[in-house]
Amino acid sequence: MNKHATSNLKAEKIVGGVATDQRHDSAHKHVSGTAVYIDDMPEPAGTLHGCLGLSAAAHATITRMDLSAVRAASGVVDVLTAKDVPGENDISPTGRHDEPVLADGKVEFFGQPIFCVIAETREQARRATRLAKVEYKELPFVTDIGGLDPRKDKLVTPPLTLKRGDAAAAIKAAPRRLKGKMRVGGQEHFYLEGHIAMAVPGEDQDVTIYSSTQHPSEVQHMVSHALGIPSNAITVEIRRMGGGFGGKETQGNQFAALAAIAAKKHHRAVKIRPDRDDDMIATGKRHDFLVDYEVGFDDEGNILGVDFMFAARCGFSSDLSGPVTDRALFHCDNTYFWPAVHAQSAPLYTNTVSNTAFRGFGGPQGMVGAERVIDEVAFAVGKDPLEIRKKNFYGTSDRNITPYHQTVEDNIIQRIVTELEESACYARRRREISAFNANSRFVKRGLALTPVKFGISFTATHYNQAGALVHVYTDGSVHLNHGGTEMGQGLYLKVAQVVAEEFQIDLDQVKITATTTGKVPNTSATAASSGSDLNGMAAQNGARQIKDRLTDFAAEKYQVPRDQVLFLPNRVRIGNQEIAFADLVKQAYMARIQLSAAGFYKTPKIHWNRDKGEGRPFYYFAYGASCSEVSVDTLTGEYVVERTDILHETGRSLNRAIDLGQIEGGFIQGMGWLTTEELWWDDKGRLRTHAPSTYKIPLASDRPKIFNVTLADWPEASEPTIHRSKAVGEPPFPLGMSVLHALSDAVASVADHRICPRLDAPATPERVLMAIERLKGEAKA
Amino acid sequence: MTKIPVHLDINGRHHELQIEPRVTLLDALRERLGLTGTKKGCDHGQCGACTVHIDGERVLACLTLAAQAEGRAITTIEGLAREGELHPVQAAFLERDAFQCGYCTPGQIMSAVACIREGHAGSDEEIREYMAGNLCRCGAYPHIVAAVRQAAQEFAS
Repeated sequence: MNKHATSNLKAEKIVGGVATDQRHDSAHKHVSGTAVYIDDMPEPAGTLHGCLGLSAAAHATITRMDLSAVRAASGVVDVLTAKDVPGENDISPTGRHDEPVLADGKVEFFGQPIFCVIAETREQARRATRLAKVEYKELPFVTDIGGLDPRKDKLVTPPLTLKRGDAAAAIKAAPRRLKGKMRVGGQEHFYLEGHIAMAVPGEDQDVTIYSSTQHPSEVQHMVSHALGIPSNAITVEIRRMGGGFGGKETQGNQFAALAAIAAKKHHRAVKIRPDRDDDMIATGKRHDFLVDYEVGFDDEGNILGVDFMFAARCGFSSDLSGPVTDRALFHCDNTYFWPAVHAQSAPLYTNTVSNTAFRGFGGPQGMVGAERVIDEVAFAVGKDPLEIRKKNFYGTSDRNITPYHQTVEDNIIQRIVTELEESACYARRRREISAFNANSRFVKRGLALTPVKFGISFTATHYNQAGALVHVYTDGSVHLNHGGTEMGQGLYLKVAQVVAEEFQIDLDQVKITATTTGKVPNTSATAASSGSDLNGMAAQNGARQIKDRLTDFAAEKYQVPRDQVLFLPNRVRIGNQEIAFADLVKQAYMARIQLSAAGFYKTPKIHWNRDKGEGRPFYYFAYGASCSEVSVDTLTGEYVVERTDILHETGRSLNRAIDLGQIEGGFIQGMGWLTTEELWWDDKGRLRTHAPSTYKIPLASDRPKIFNVTLADWPEASEPTIHRSKAVGEPPFPLGMSVLHALSDAVASVADHRICPRLDAPATPERVLMAIERLKGEAKA
Repeated sequence: MTKIPVHLDINGRHHELQIEPRVTLLDALRERLGLTGTKKGCDHGQCGACTVHIDGERVLACLTLAAQAEGRAITTIEGLAREGELHPVQAAFLERDAFQCGYCTPGQIMSAVACIREGHAGSDEEIREYMAGNLCRCGAYPHIVAAVRQAAQEFAS
C-alpha cells in the first residue's frame, strides 16, 4: 500500500514542517547500527586497498627511493608514486599549485605522502608500506612560528590588512596603552570516522568515488585534474560522514585522487582508509596563531584603538589558509566596536602538515585575540572583565562599523548578555566566588562570561550559491537532493522540513537522498555554517517551481482563479473542493505537467573587496554568550568545569532539537580546543600527538557538571533567510571561550586579581600551573 | 600465516571462520561477517567505537582477538533488539537525540547497556565517569548521559 494513502487529509498541520522538533532522519539507523558509512558498504568483488607511505623527514630532498621490497611483498599489486599521476600532480584547492598528491623528489613535512601501496587486502598494503627504503638529504626546517618574523618570513598566500581610522595615532593619544602576545593552539578534528574513499571504475573514462567529504564538487574537480579527464566522467557521492568539522572540506581530495588513479589503472575498485595515526599525521588541522596586540584605552576601560598581528602556522602549502586567516581578522572585533583599528594577518609557511578548515575557520582564533585584549584592559583598570566587555560592545545605531567597514545591522548582544547575566546569577556568584577563594587555600574558583558574534557567509562571495533537485513522483512522494552534505549536523533533515513545509505534505513523504555530483553540480562545500541557509533556499526554490506549475494546472483544469488554489496539509483546496496532494499530482502528470525542478539560490547583498579590505562579506551575524565557572587546584593546575550557562540564538529555528545539539556540541568542542587538546611536534618535526592516547578530546566526564543551555526564543533573522532562521554550525564553537576566561579568573585570584594572567591556549593543567606559579612570583616581586 | 578454525557465537547465531590467529574480533565482525554496526574509530582501544559484549561484559573488539572469543557469547549492536523491538537503551538514545553523526553511537549504546548492568548508572556523575571510555567528537554527551539515566531508571522501575 502506498504510504500517502495513510496521510491525514483532515490534518490542521503537517507532521514535520519547519520550526518543529524532528528527530535526526537517521536516528533509528544510528541506534540499531544500520546507518551505512563508506567503510560499511559492500565492497565490489576484487576490491583493492591502498595505504600511504609517509615521509620520515620534515624537509628534505629524496636522494633514493627503493620500493622493490614493497613491490615484492605479498599481495601487492602496485605502488604509486608521483610519476603515476596521469594528470596534474596537484590538489591545491585554491589553484596555487603548491600541494602534490604525492611528493615528487622533495618533502616539506614529516608525514607527507610520498607513495601509495595498492594491495589485495588492507593489511597487506599496510605491511608492505613499511618495507620501503627511502633516503633523504635533510634541509633546514621550521615547525614553530615563534621564531619567525610575520613581516618578513615566507608566507603561503598573500596576507590581509584591515583598517579603519588611524589606530597608531589613537593608541598613541590614548591615556593608557599596553601591548602583549598570545599563543592560541591548533586542533585535530578527530572525526570518529576517519578519511576514506572508495573508487569504482566504470566504462570509458568513468569513475564513481564514494568519498567522506564535505565538498563532493571539489573532490570531483581534483580527481578530474589528477586523472586528466573531464569532470563529466567523475561522480562523487556521499550519504553521510561520521563527523567532518571542516577536516573533510579539502583533506579528502588526496585519498579520492589516489583511489581513482589506482582504480582506473587496474580496472578494479580501490578503497583507501588510512589508520588513525596516518590520518592524524597526514591531514591538516586547525591553525594555531600567535597574536600580537597593542591597545589604547582610558581609565574607565573604554578602548580607543587596537592593533593586531595574527600570525598563523599554515604548514607547507596554502590549502585554505588564505580564507582562514582572513576570517581570523574578520573576527578580531568579536562583539566589540574598535574606534580605530589596524589588523594584519601573516599566513606563515612551516614544515608541518598543511593546516585547513576547522569549525569556525579562523574566526574563533580572532575572537580569542579580542577577548585577551578585553582581559588586559580589565586588569589594567581594575574592573570586572564583564564590565569592560559591555562597555565596548557594538552599538545598534552608532558605534556599529566593523574593521572591514560592514555595518552591524542586527546587533542583539546586549540583550543576550543581559539575559544570561541574570539567568546565570553572575553578580551573586561573583561575590560567592570571592568569598570562597578567600577561605580556600588551594582550590580557587573562577567565573567568566564571554560573548560571541559570528559572521555568516563564505567570504569568497562566489561560494554563496546552492542547487537542489526536487522530483515529485506520481504517487505524491517527493525525492529531494541538494548540494549539502550530512555529517551529523541534521542538514538533510532541515532541508527536508523546508520541502515538506513548501508542499504541505508530511515529512515522511520526502525522501532524503545521498549527495552526488551527478544530481546537483558545481556545489560549494558544506561549510561556513551555510548548509541550511543555502541548500534550504535552493530546495525551497525547486519545490516552489513545481508548486507553481501545479497551481497553474489546477486553476486551469478546475476553472478557478489562481489564488483559490491553496496547499493545505496533505491536500489542495481548489475553489470549494479539496483533493489529496497525491491525486492532484497524478492529474498533473496525466496532463503532462513537469514534476521535477532544479532549484537555485544565491545569497543577496554580499560583496567583498579584499584589496581594499572593505565590503559586506557577511549576510548577517549570529549571536550567543556563555558563562562558566571552574575550580582549579592551584597545587597541580588540574581543574573542573563546575557549571556552564549558555544563551544562544539561531533566529527562528528550523528545528530547536537539532540546534540545541549543535550548541552543546559546539561548546564542548570549543572547550576542548582551549583546554585539553594540545598538538605537539618534536625536534625532528614529527607530530607526537597522533592518537587519542596522546591527544585528549573532551570525554563525557569533562562536560560541565551543571550545564544549562538555552536557545533564545525571541530573535529572528533580520534578513529574509530560510524561514528567518540563522546558521548554527560554527557560532556556538567560540562559546568555549568562557572556560578559558574562567580559568584565567581562577589563576588571577592567586595574585589578588591585580595581574592579568595572560593564560594562553590550550590551557592545559600544566599551562595553568605555570601561570599560577608565574603570578605568585610576580605578586611577590 | 596459517589459518585456524574459529567458532564464534554472535547474537545467538553460530559462525565458523577460517582466519589467521591475529585477526581481531572487530575485523572478523566487519570484514568477514558483514556485521558493520560495530565501528572502527581508532583501532587502538582508545575511542570505544568498537565496544561489544562478550558474555555480557563490555570489551573493545579492536583489542580482542577473534580467537579469544571462541565459545563465548558475543553481542553486537545488531543483536540488541528483540523481535524488532528496540532495546530500552536504544530507545532511550533515540528519544534523547543522543548522537549527531552517529559513528560512535553503537559503541556508546553497547557501553551504556553494560554500564547499567554493572550498576554504574546511579547518578549523572557516575554515568559520566563510567561512559568516559567512549569518545563522541560531536559532543553529544549531555544527551548521551540523559539517555543512559533514562534507560537506567526504566530498568530500575
